Amino acid sequence: MATETVTLEGHIIDSLILAKVLDTILQRRGTFTIKEMHVGATREDASTATIAVHADSTQRLTAILHAVQPHGAVVEHAVDCTLESAPKDGILPDAFYATSHLRTQIRLNHQWLDVDAIEMDLAIRVTLNPPRARTVPMADVKAGDLIVTGRTGVRVFPLERPHERDAFAFMAADVSSERPHHPMIADVAKRMRMIRDNRQKACTDGEAACDPDLGTKVLFVGGPAVIHAGGREALTWLIESGFIHVLFCGNALAAHDMEASLFGTSLGYGLRAGCAVPHGHEHHLRTINRVRNAGSLTHAVESGLIQDGVIASCVRQHVDMVLAGSIRDDGPLPDVITDTRQAQTAMRAALPGVGLALLVATTLHAIATGNCLPAKVPTVCVDINPAVPTKLSDRGSFQSIGLVMDAASFLRQLAQALGWEG
Amino acid sequence: MARFLVCPPDHFGIRYEINPWMRVSNAVDKAESQAQWRALARVLEQDAGAKLERMTPVPGLPDLVFTANAGVVHDGTAVISRFRHPERRREEEHFAQWFKEHGYRVILLDEECYFEGAGDLLGFPDAWFGGYRQRSDIKAHRVLSEVYGKEILPLELVTSRFYHLDTCFCPLGNGELLYYPPAFDAYAQAAIADRVDERQRIVVSHAEAARFACNAVCVERHVVLPSGCPETMAMLEDRGYTSHPLDLDQFLKSGGSAKCLTLALD
Repeated sequence: MATETVTLEGHIIDSLILAKVLDTILQRRGTFTIKEMHVGATREDASTATIAVHADSTQRLTAILHAVQPHGAVVEHAVDCTLESAPKDGILPDAFYATSHLRTQIRLNHQWLDVDAIEMDLAIRVTLNPPRARTVPMADVKAGDLIVTGRTGVRVFPLERPHERDAFAFMAADVSSERPHHPMIADVAKRMRMIRDNRQKACTDGEAACDPDLGTKVLFVGGPAVIHAGGREALTWLIESGFIHVLFCGNALAAHDMEASLFGTSLGYGLRAGCAVPHGHEHHLRTINRVRNAGSLTHAVESGLIQDGVIASCVRQHVDMVLAGSIRDDGPLPDVITDTRQAQTAMRAALPGVGLALLVATTLHAIATGNCLPAKVPTVCVDINPAVPTKLSDRGSFQSIGLVMDAASFLRQLAQALGWEG
Repeated sequence: MARFLVCPPDHFGIRYEINPWMRVSNAVDKAESQAQWRALARVLEQDAGAKLERMTPVPGLPDLVFTANAGVVHDGTAVISRFRHPERRREEEHFAQWFKEHGYRVILLDEECYFEGAGDLLGFPDAWFGGYRQRSDIKAHRVLSEVYGKEILPLELVTSRFYHLDTCFCPLGNGELLYYPPAFDAYAQAAIADRVDERQRIVVSHAEAARFACNAVCVERHVVLPSGCPETMAMLEDRGYTSHPLDLDQFLKSGGSAKCLTLALD
């Protein structure tokens, strides 16, 4: 999508010049957003409109601008962005531009370029031939890389409201425990079904047939409370039914899920009996040990060691799993990435195509994921503790919707809304 | 008393072609053009009671006779034209000089801001209209609006035959308007209809618009217009105007008539 901003000034309302300019944009298959409008207080006073003109190609945009300029539309003076070379590996120029997670463009050689893989708190690395701009983490920058500095020649687009009139239509970090959950869960279920259909369309008819804005993947980010609280069966059903396509978690969720498979306990508590079993506190360690012996999660499932549950379903459904370790992990399990930078990279690699993120019963993984997600991805943060969605929003993921409820209840209601009979 | 700036046609002729009416081969009869111009001056002075200020003609500037394109004058301030066609640009300094010598505050527009004077800016006391797209730029109207503190509604002219607003739009007294709608795009027609009540609008036929019926000069209840426009004259007389038809065919060869030959000074 190509965009330029024009201003229109004068007696543009009664003369219908504004209407003519807007009609001209639409007739030439462009769209517009009125960014600012000032209407003169008297007939003698001039009015001003600042209009962002959008088109699906630079050529079409140029044609639209040519058509509206004779009617007084003036293209806003824009300047190219400033570039500076990174002084050392892992060091950005001092005045580097720090990204937000909103769609961002830079102006290079008089053309606006989208910044690829937008994510908050990164820098923008530019290549000149061909002209490309992409976010880069501070640690990944190489000496001599061209980095955008300052703020000139950079523009950030406000979040567009999704077309659907559902819970995501007004993406704002509302957190309340005093709101009915059912309508929100119904909207999440509806979106999951749409994404699954879109994914199937992409698989059968090719990528071009699907809706890229809707996305083709649902990301589930979970903490071990999902298992402790009794959400395992519902989550397993969601994975088996093809509703979840990416899993981010830590060592614990996987360990307790497989502990449940081997011992019927989660951190030593019998999931059915609801009470501690003798020596139950050792179960997760014995589980981790056996899976380590298997060599990988995939092998643990394929060898028949782990036969059911979340991880087994993920392996069988080819769900993309990223397990990121933390400082007090037992084991850890094989496939847990203990280098935090490598874990970030693996998470980023799994994000393209994600159209919905469910962050359930985890604080650190939820915030880490929120930091990596573009703002346009609808995000639902579910936690029994209202501080978690609040913290997520405070860390910049303002698009996330908070749902204060128990993880197991959420997953069971969600699965039931999608046809689970458990 | 109404005052007009005029310029005798001593050097008038067709030396170039910058509108669809002009043909270099269609030579002007010099004696006839001078007689027609004198008749116009006589009617304005004697019948309409106007005062005429005569500019000195300049050799090599055949269109200086069309003083409507000198600029626009209001409240002692003259904004001088910036002609789109290079053929007429040498007129600008002569017009500017005349206004300076006669005590007007003179404002010059930026070089690339085309504006062809009262040819493209007309109106009623409370609403001015600016023609654009053929000769004047819409941005000029924005500047003029600031200079004079007036609302100016830009109107898009869509045919090259009616290349100035005064070829198709003539405000009369009492808020009435003589005009030829097909010379404007649909938005301009709607803007005019919104601002001038239907009962106040006098629509000129295609045939008489092509005779430049709208290129008329109105002085109170007197309307001086080209001859050959009987329907327009009848409509004007029905509304109580006294029409003064004049044969101005020599000037029509150049795409001008009564209005183009005068510039209202106030």
